[in-house]
Amino acid sequence: MPRHTEDHRLHLLREMLRIRRFEEKSAELYSAGKIRGFLHLYIGEEAVAAGVMQSLAPDDTVVATYREHGHAIARGVGMGPLMAEMYGKAEGASRGRGGSMHIFDAATRFVGGNAIVGGGLPLAVGYALADRLRGDARVTCCFFGEGAVAEGEFHESMNLAALWGLPVLFCCENNLYAMGTALQRSESETDLALKASAYGMPAWHVDGMDVEAVEAAAQRAVTTVRGGPGPVFLEMRTYRFRPHSMYDPELYRPKEEVAAWKERDPISTVQATLREQGALDNVALEKLEDEVAREVEAAVAFAEAATLESLDDLARFVYAEGAAE
Amino acid sequence: MTTGVRTSYREAIRSALREALQRDPRVFVMGEDVGRYGGCYAVTKGLLEEFGPERVRDTPLSESTFVGAGIGAAMNGMRPIVEIMTCNFSLLALDQIMNNAATVSHMSGGQFSVPLVIRMATGAGRQVAAQHSHSLEGWFAHVPGLKVVTPATLEDARGMLWTALEDPNPVLIFEHALLYNAEGELPADAGPVDIDTARVRREGRDVSIVTYGGSLPKALAAAEELAQAGVQAEVVDLRTLRPLDTGTIVASVTKTHRAVIVDEGWRSGSISAEVTARLVEHCFYELDAPVRRVCSAEVPTPYAKHMEDAALPQVADIVAATQDAVSTVA
Ligand SMILES: Cc1ncc(C[n+]2csc(CCOP(=O)(O)OP(=O)(O)O)c2C)c(N)n1
Repeated sequence: MPRHTEDHRLHLLREMLRIRRFEEKSAELYSAGKIRGFLHLYIGEEAVAAGVMQSLAPDDTVVATYREHGHAIARGVGMGPLMAEMYGKAEGASRGRGGSMHIFDAATRFVGGNAIVGGGLPLAVGYALADRLRGDARVTCCFFGEGAVAEGEFHESMNLAALWGLPVLFCCENNLYAMGTALQRSESETDLALKASAYGMPAWHVDGMDVEAVEAAAQRAVTTVRGGPGPVFLEMRTYRFRPHSMYDPELYRPKEEVAAWKERDPISTVQATLREQGALDNVALEKLEDEVAREVEAAVAFAEAATLESLDDLARFVYAEGAAE
Repeated sequence: MTTGVRTSYREAIRSALREALQRDPRVFVMGEDVGRYGGCYAVTKGLLEEFGPERVRDTPLSESTFVGAGIGAAMNGMRPIVEIMTCNFSLLALDQIMNNAATVSHMSGGQFSVPLVIRMATGAGRQVAAQHSHSLEGWFAHVPGLKVVTPATLEDARGMLWTALEDPNPVLIFEHALLYNAEGELPADAGPVDIDTARVRREGRDVSIVTYGGSLPKALAAAEELAQAGVQAEVVDLRTLRPLDTGTIVASVTKTHRAVIVDEGWRSGSISAEVTARLVEHCFYELDAPVRRVCSAEVPTPYAKHMEDAALPQVADIVAATQDAVSTVA
């Protein structure tokens, strides 16, 4: 059971704040030209990554999307290497070869940001298959947006994981829009959990703006997957507060809708609960914000001080270095 | 002729698969109809009975996901051998092959590798029309991060698989469908062979015929015919299209000063074009005649026998192109 004590609630708040402040800084650095390429912000959806990661063990595997800063931070990937990656530096998580969309971290079994919609699902099935064949008790947690549900790879992967009884937790982040395409404009059946249950796996939805609800659902899902055999599908109903990426005039959704969802900001919600309980006052919040700000500043300093990969190493890692173990 | 066991290309691959399954518990075979059906070309026949359904896995018709699952399992410590029935269907898995298998090592800064083997049949010549007759090995050879091998002999059919499995990178094995029934002798102790060099299959001093895969037997037949006419053609088998062994090709052409390239792929943007470019880059001044190419006609492979025959490189075409190359006076 999730530990809904005040301390744990504070921990969830901290995790969400770390993501939010890191990304606000990233947007600023993007405008300043320090970060280039595509940058997809997770702001508004923090409760999903922060909640789900509580349920995973260090030995579990995480497969993420191009909107993965939140997943990476909540999983424990260092903010320094993350920021340095967006700076394109050699000390970056992927040595400057991936950028914002392709954060990899072997140490935390963080198997990448994948920028092909639906492209990570087959990979997750394979990770789970390997664990099953070896008898390892790991869970592979695979994040994807609701846009991926229209892709063939989604259906193939749901089917294969269920057919073979593989330990995958499919985490669908339903933020209602795939770029500018609203869910009801792309799906014949918009109840995604219902759709997923057709593959013969437990599937349900949860309020993705409520970090404690997400955590509870993820705990239950992970317990089910570990108990096996077979996958679970979780739909997290959430919303992105920012544009799809840095180049989006947001013509496809009304401002009032965005404002209404911002009323349900997962960070404000937890703060309010904590205040009500008397577990958070202005002084404590300031202290927390200050600690997070310092972590973000340290990440920026790390990225600034980091070095550029030598061009002599341009072609390194195209093929694996050294023999296979 | 080497003395040894009489076998076929198909059986040579099967014994390589069996050996791999016996030697390494991380190896498993996965694909459409590899188990109960015995493989669409009967290559995996009997393996299910011998190794069981956990290690010889029938998959649904889901090329993208079972190839992607092979990639994930390889990244997670296993040594999968994925069979795609034919390269025509690999197009449904192109996303996984190009966007995941080929990129993960580089894109992760070397943190992850993909020790995966994908086998598939390739090629035309059986009147199965356009959608079952593609030769896509040249396409895949375009992609950094992949290795592409084209066994044309029993020895390579037997020996390339184990080497590919030991390679920490994704290796694609293209088996020409017309070779499966090819028979010959293989030493009883035939073992692994390298997957990064070309081989001279027949020595000659007048002209180099450079080819690979299903076109090798045709090139050798052409060389035999040319020998009757007094032309000593050297036949080079590329064996591996990526990495391409430029050294062996250049050495042969530096000796013969003339080159004919035979490729079942379409001429435009093909591996034959790449070989030509390398000759131009590396031994331009050694050439006594323009490079000749014998490729498939630029049409979707037709069904009717006479049209299909006309569309594919044939022995007579190779003989004619080679005669043409040797008759050109520098
Ligand atoms: C296969 C593929 N098609 C199209 C795109 C372009 N694209 C990038 S993100 C995106 C929307 C995806 O929406 P969703 O899966 O809901 O995730 P979200 O961006 O909302 O987190 C599209 C269409 C892509 N990256 N991959």
